[in-house]
Order: sequence, then C-alpha cells, then structure tokens
Amino acid sequence: MALINDRFKPGLITTTVDFLFNWARTSSLWPLILGTACCAIETMAVGISRYDFLERYGMLYRFSPRQSDVMLVSGTVTYKMANVVRTIYDQMAEPRWVIAMGNCATSGGPFPTYATVQGIDEIVPVDIYVPGCPPTPEAQSFGILKLMEKIKRDTIAKTTVDVEGRKVAA
Amino acid sequence: MQNPSDYVSIGIFALIVGGLGIVIVTLGALFRPKNPYAEKLTPYESGMPQIGSAQQRYTVRYYLVAMLFVVFDIEAVFLYPWAVAFNALGWFGLVEMFLFIALLLVGYAYAWRKGALDWIS
Repeated sequence: MALINDRFKPGLITTTVDFLFNWARTSSLWPLILGTACCAIETMAVGISRYDFLERYGMLYRFSPRQSDVMLVSGTVTYKMANVVRTIYDQMAEPRWVIAMGNCATSGGPFPTYATVQGIDEIVPVDIYVPGCPPTPEAQSFGILKLMEKIKRDTIAKTTVDVEGRKVAA
Repeated sequence: MQNPSDYVSIGIFALIVGGLGIVIVTLGALFRPKNPYAEKLTPYESGMPQIGSAQQRYTVRYYLVAMLFVVFDIEAVFLYPWAVAFNALGWFGLVEMFLFIALLLVGYAYAWRKGALDWIS
C-alpha cells in the first residue's frame, strides 16, 4: 500500500486528511458506464439535460476503467458477460466503487434463469443497490448521492473488520 | 533577439510548469493507494481476454496493393493534363501517351502474372 493508508491510528490529523481526500473523491466521481441492458437508458437520462445530475456533481462519463472511480452496472448481467464485468472491475484504479442500478443487477430481477447472474454481488463487491425496473433517474441520482455519503465515511486510518464485515477503527 | 533578459520570464514560466508537474506527480505517487495485481495490469480490451500480442507480425500484402495504386494513380495524374492540352500537343502527344500507357500495361501484366493482385495466395 501507499505511504499513508492503514498506518496511523485515528485522530485529528487522519480525520482532517480524510476530510480532504473524501471531499476530492466525492467531488470528482467519474463513472464508468457499464450499460448492460435497458436500465442504461435511464442512466443516460441521469446525465443529460432534463435531470442533468452528473455534471453538477463533478461527474464525467468515462469509457475506460483506468479513468473511472465508480462502475455503474445498469442492466441484466448474463453469465457470458460476468467475466467482462469482473475484468473491467479489476482494471479500475483504486479506490473504486460499484453501483448496481436496477433489479437485474441487484438480484437478477425478472430473470431467474440459468443464464442470468442473480445479482452482480456474485462477481464484484457492490456498494449501493438501486431497486427499480428500471429505476427512475431520480432513484439513480439518489443512489449516487448515497454512494457519496458512503465515501465520506472512508478513512485512511488503521481499521479492522468486525464480525459483520464492517470496517471499524483499530 | 534584442535583449536576452526578455526571455527570463519564459524561463521562469518553464521552471514553474515543470516543477508543478513534478510536485503533483510525486505527491500523487506518495498518497494514492497502490495495489497492483496481474488482472489490473492487463491492457483494457473492453473486458475481453487478450488474444495474441500487440507485437505480432502481420501481412505485407497491403504494401503491394499500395505500390500498384501509386503506379496507376500517377497514370491518372498524367492523363488529365494530357487531356486538357490535347489540341496543342497534336499527334505527337497522342503517340507519346499511348507509349506511356503501353509501358504501364507491361508493368500491370507483370504484376498480374506474379500474383500481386491475388489477395489470398
């Protein structure tokens, strides 16, 4: 790891650095658009003129995982596509986050079939689930805002994982 | 150059720009999380597995086609001014042009015979 991550006990300095880092990260959250099905149409609506959510929050559509912070998986993910989703997630620079947009990405939705991944949390760690079939642009914007709240709780201080898998102060 | 000191401001500007770049890149390298692993370092191919390497050899066949194109392109380039100046040149121009085309035809027949026009051979 880098020079400062997971090395210091929580204190005034780490919280100040956290504030700066998390402010920077939430203010320039570049999404990787992984529109695998129809929910992607609503995700496009989030960015364009009627809702105009993304650019007001410093977000720019990116189409390369190298430049992205958050992966928006909007739509059904089949098992054939699962490798692709995982590979692209692996290729994103850290820190990275994933939002599952819509019922299909969250749980398989209306496709409980042999070919469909029953929720992308089977293949990548998901931070935010947005329900809906498709989720309205308002709902997707809300999901992004919730992710920003989550990022603001991140810390560079030394943490351990409790029995329920949450990060807590060491 | 009237006065060398006119260029001092450009030097200072270059120093600041270079220094700023070095500082930003160094700070980023120190502070960012760094966690490279094999899958992350693979080239981005839209999530697909890589097939072969980027340094592989490929056919030079297109080179032949490009050469032939140049030859016949030059023929066309010569034909246009000849057509424009046809009346002024008279019989001499006509014979010269047919000689030129006959020479190119020999080259064309040679290329054809050698199989340069067959894409797959």
